[in-house]
Amino acid sequence: MSIEVRGITKRFGDFVALDDFNVLLPSGQLTALLGPSGGGKSTLLRIIAGLDRADAGSVSIEGVDATGLPAQKRDVGFVFQHYAVFKHLTVAKNVAFGLEIRAHGGLRPPWAAQRRADRARIDRRVAELLELVHLSQFADRLPSQLSGGQRQRMALARALAVEPKVLLLDEPFGALDAKVRKELREWLRRLHDEVHVTTVFVTHDQEEALEVADEIVVINDGRVEQIGTPDRLYDEPANDFVMGFLGDVTRVNGQLVRPHDIDISRVPLLAGAVEGTVARLLRVGFEVRATVLTDDGEEVLVQLTRTHARAVGLEEGVTVWLTPVTGAATVPALPSMRSAG
Amino acid sequence: MTSVLTAPAVEPPAASPRGRRRARRSPRSAPRSTLTRGSALGLGIAMVWFSLLVLIPLTAVVATAGEGGWDRYLSVLRNDQTWAAVTLTVGQALLVTALNVVVGTVIAWVLVRDRFWGKAALDVVIDVPFALPTIVAGLVLLSLYGPNSPLGVHWAFTEHAVTLALAFVTLPFVVRTVQPVLEELEVDVEEAAASLGARRGTILRRILLPSLAPAIAAGAALSFARAISEYGSLVLLSGNRPYETEVVSVRVLTFIENGNTASAAALASVMLAIALVVIVALDLVQRRVARRG
Ligand SMILES: Nc1ncnc2c1ncn2[C@@H]1O[C@H](COP(=O)(O)OP(=O)(O)OP(=O)(O)O)[C@@H](O)[C@H]1O
Ligand SMILES: [Mg+2]
Repeated sequence: MSIEVRGITKRFGDFVALDDFNVLLPSGQLTALLGPSGGGKSTLLRIIAGLDRADAGSVSIEGVDATGLPAQKRDVGFVFQHYAVFKHLTVAKNVAFGLEIRAHGGLRPPWAAQRRADRARIDRRVAELLELVHLSQFADRLPSQLSGGQRQRMALARALAVEPKVLLLDEPFGALDAKVRKELREWLRRLHDEVHVTTVFVTHDQEEALEVADEIVVINDGRVEQIGTPDRLYDEPANDFVMGFLGDVTRVNGQLVRPHDIDISRVPLLAGAVEGTVARLLRVGFEVRATVLTDDGEEVLVQLTRTHARAVGLEEGVTVWLTPVTGAATVPALPSMRSAG
Repeated sequence: MTSVLTAPAVEPPAASPRGRRRARRSPRSAPRSTLTRGSALGLGIAMVWFSLLVLIPLTAVVATAGEGGWDRYLSVLRNDQTWAAVTLTVGQALLVTALNVVVGTVIAWVLVRDRFWGKAALDVVIDVPFALPTIVAGLVLLSLYGPNSPLGVHWAFTEHAVTLALAFVTLPFVVRTVQPVLEELEVDVEEAAASLGARRGTILRRILLPSLAPAIAAGAALSFARAISEYGSLVLLSGNRPYETEVVSVRVLTFIENGNTASAAALASVMLAIALVVIVALDLVQRRVARRG
């Protein structure tokens, strides 16, 4: 096991940010920490990196107990949401920073032969990394002359330069616009397939997690709600929270179901179908969203394609029967559903 | 003047886009003039103002001093008492400025990064040396370190008195220039350096100092300028003893009182040259440090 978090508790004053938190993150995998704002994702990541200290519990990285180690000794690459660039250094110098420290700590005099050898090696490695993140032509620019996406790629190269055992990213694309974000997460996935470093990234965007991660850890209120592959989480959510956080949900017959997992028809075909009337029809692109008012006063949201809606003959005011499709992910609705997403 | 500078600038429509394109092609070329009509007016007013207040009077001083030719300069500087005053003033000013660079930065650091009881009070008290009339500052110091010192420290009328008075009045400069810059520095930059393996000392040297250098240099320049020109807080405490505690400003005053305006002007222009050299040197050092990494 690559990263092993055992019984971590972290308090800020009276507030418990992480509560006896346990998780195992396997080597070479891309894991997403997913959860709502304030859930404790950043706190967990910072504790793994050694930037914060836990009040109790232990962290081990690649089998080495890291609980007492300072950030400098953990061999962890960290990428921050707001890039944390070294403003006064060029892109190449930013990337070289960790390598230079490891090589000579800046203490060897410039004329020493060893230092010249180090310099050549570092220059070569920096060139490789800039190639990897597609920033070769910007090597001599200052960070202020880069776009946000380019800055974050630079920060990623800087973290990868020292060949860390694990790479931790705290909402790396959070400050970027939707399009760049989508491009970068696909790129991160490809990069991970190339370099295979154990990677953990924080996000509160479920689409990002579902699309990129090998495994997702859903965190809420300082606790793990569920751990699993994206498919597993989507198809077999452990509870109403996970179900609600990973996509839209609606409630039919005392159960939580995804709106596209409801079978709608104008005749009562199946036993146990719920009767109702279509109160509203909304067309968004290829999809139709129907709001159905059931006889027991529930408001059910149903999603279907335009062609399907036409085949069924949906119109406002008609009577319909609803059933969750067989094999759909359902979760019993609790009396008071926790807020999600 | 601010309103002039922020007034809607009428841009010549053709020049601007072309200029921007050119700037993008060679981002590192020499800065091109960005003057629009509005800011040209602002610059004009600023230059007139600066000339009236600074350039013309300074030129007048240098001209007066130059009337007697080089001989006058040399004879003024050859006077042992004057030379002693110059070395004392410049030496003390450099010493106090060096002290401020270290202590001021540390105080600014503590005020920004640490939380402790009485921090808000300290933050306000730092400005007291600014706010006090300098002669009152002298009085305050005299009561503490003078002949009736409750501490038993009798520094009045010695060289220490000069150091003390200068340190007192120049304390806020570095603190107040460094503080806002330090507040703007993001902690995650230091954390990024730490996770790359940099120790505290390395982070200070390679990340923090380059960012703070311009502010420290600006504070140091202010502090040095104030120190070589200080008069009020010194007169009581130092006793103005020739060869021992007499500073340049006192010497200049003596020249003027004796009707020797030309010598006063000569000495003044020497100090002007020294101030220029120090300020330029500080700027050079700051540029080096800011670019180092
Ligand atoms: N330095 C701190 N002092 C006090 N409380 C803190 C501190 N850092 C975090 N917290 C609290 O701990 C909780 C968890 O914070 P954390 O930053 O880990 O959330 P998060 O899951 O990363 O949220 P987001 O998605 O908004 O970044 C929050 O309620 C926050 O207010
Ligand atoms: Mg966070």
